[in-house]
Amino acid sequence: METLRDKARELLAARTVQVIIGYGQGSGGGARAVFVREAAEADALIFNEACRQNLAVYLMKPEVRKLGKAALVATPSALRTILQLAAENQVGDHDLLALAVHAAGEVTLLATLQAIEAHVTELDADLSAAEKAELRKYEALSLEQRREYWQEQFSRCLKCYACRAACPLCYCSRCTVECNQPQWIPVPAHDLGNLEWNVMRAMHLAGRCVNCGDCSRACPVAIPLYLLNQKLISDVFANFNARSGMAAKTDNAMSIFKPDDSEDFIR
Amino acid sequence: MSDFNPKIVAFVCNWCTYAGADLTGTSRMKYSPQVSIIRFPCTGRIDFMLLLKAFANGADGIIVSGCHPNDCHYSSGNFHARRRWIVFRGLLDFLGIDVRRVRFSWVSAAEGAKWAQLVNDTAEHVRQLGPFSGYHRLRGLGVG
Ligand code: SF4
Ligand code: SF4
Repeated sequence: METLRDKARELLAARTVQVIIGYGQGSGGGARAVFVREAAEADALIFNEACRQNLAVYLMKPEVRKLGKAALVATPSALRTILQLAAENQVGDHDLLALAVHAAGEVTLLATLQAIEAHVTELDADLSAAEKAELRKYEALSLEQRREYWQEQFSRCLKCYACRAACPLCYCSRCTVECNQPQWIPVPAHDLGNLEWNVMRAMHLAGRCVNCGDCSRACPVAIPLYLLNQKLISDVFANFNARSGMAAKTDNAMSIFKPDDSEDFIR
Repeated sequence: MSDFNPKIVAFVCNWCTYAGADLTGTSRMKYSPQVSIIRFPCTGRIDFMLLLKAFANGADGIIVSGCHPNDCHYSSGNFHARRRWIVFRGLLDFLGIDVRRVRFSWVSAAEGAKWAQLVNDTAEHVRQLGPFSGYHRLRGLGVG
């Protein structure tokens, strides 16, 4: 923790960055985001197991961008998010640098996107064995069982859009959900509206989601959105050999094609 | 079930499949009248949400068809669409939505007979599956 605070002090004192986006003490033993702008306030920064939020979400908020160049306290997911945002031309070297935090407490300063890329290449970006096993479990259910399962899950959705707010890659300033002439996604939280909303959220993140899990954690009614994300991550990799958030300059899997992309259902 | 006439909605591109369907007509080939054709500039323009909208509004089956690979009027719209269908179809299946109700095809402007066959096959297939009432019942408060 001291290493992190020292680094933060240094960066702010030298005016290398104008703000540190990091974790601070939240209520009930939790962590919350803090925005440190003065070297003297660096003691507000913490890092422990409660610090899971993908802080890259704040990089896209206009009120945070206004503060100037940021140093982002970044978990592996946040590092991948930065690369994905860079690949989508949303952030560049002049906007940020990353303070990669490790469980043991060390901090690595990654000053450029290139450095982040080199760091991320060393990480295991594949779904974990447990995640794959869970996915296979649901895939193995019958069509009817899957329908019942998801109808039951989606029936709890309140259309609060906390999943959208928590996602660093859901950054459009005007979401399709707000398109109302004509109304694209039904407003009420009935079965149809909930299904359409959740299909759209998942599809708009296909080939982009970095599996940080923040949407699922934000959902007040515990809908396992991560299953949908991981299904798409798994299919995008299987079909197009592509993974999001691994390079700062790359095309999104769903924005390109190969003439020999193969399928067995178009006849 | 024999008196069930399925509603099929076909999303087709202007340049190949729509022209192919035209040819079916001008060749005076008879085919299932169960289909409602919606013309798009390109398969690349067919948002996946439109398919869900068709089901929500009473479709029992859907056809999506455009130019064969390498024949797209805009050179690559169908290739982009193909990627989209690969992941979308997988997601629908994962959610327990019966993907046998969505038929994807490539029908060129010269393939009038293939269009007739495609519609007939799909209509017959969906007739056997029955009405998509499970999906139609989702329509909650009637808004949508
Ligand atoms: S969709 Fe969920 S898991 Fe994926 S990047 Fe967004 S918040 Fe993270
Ligand atoms: S956070 Fe959960 S309840 Fe809220 S809109 Fe997303 S899925 Fe629905």
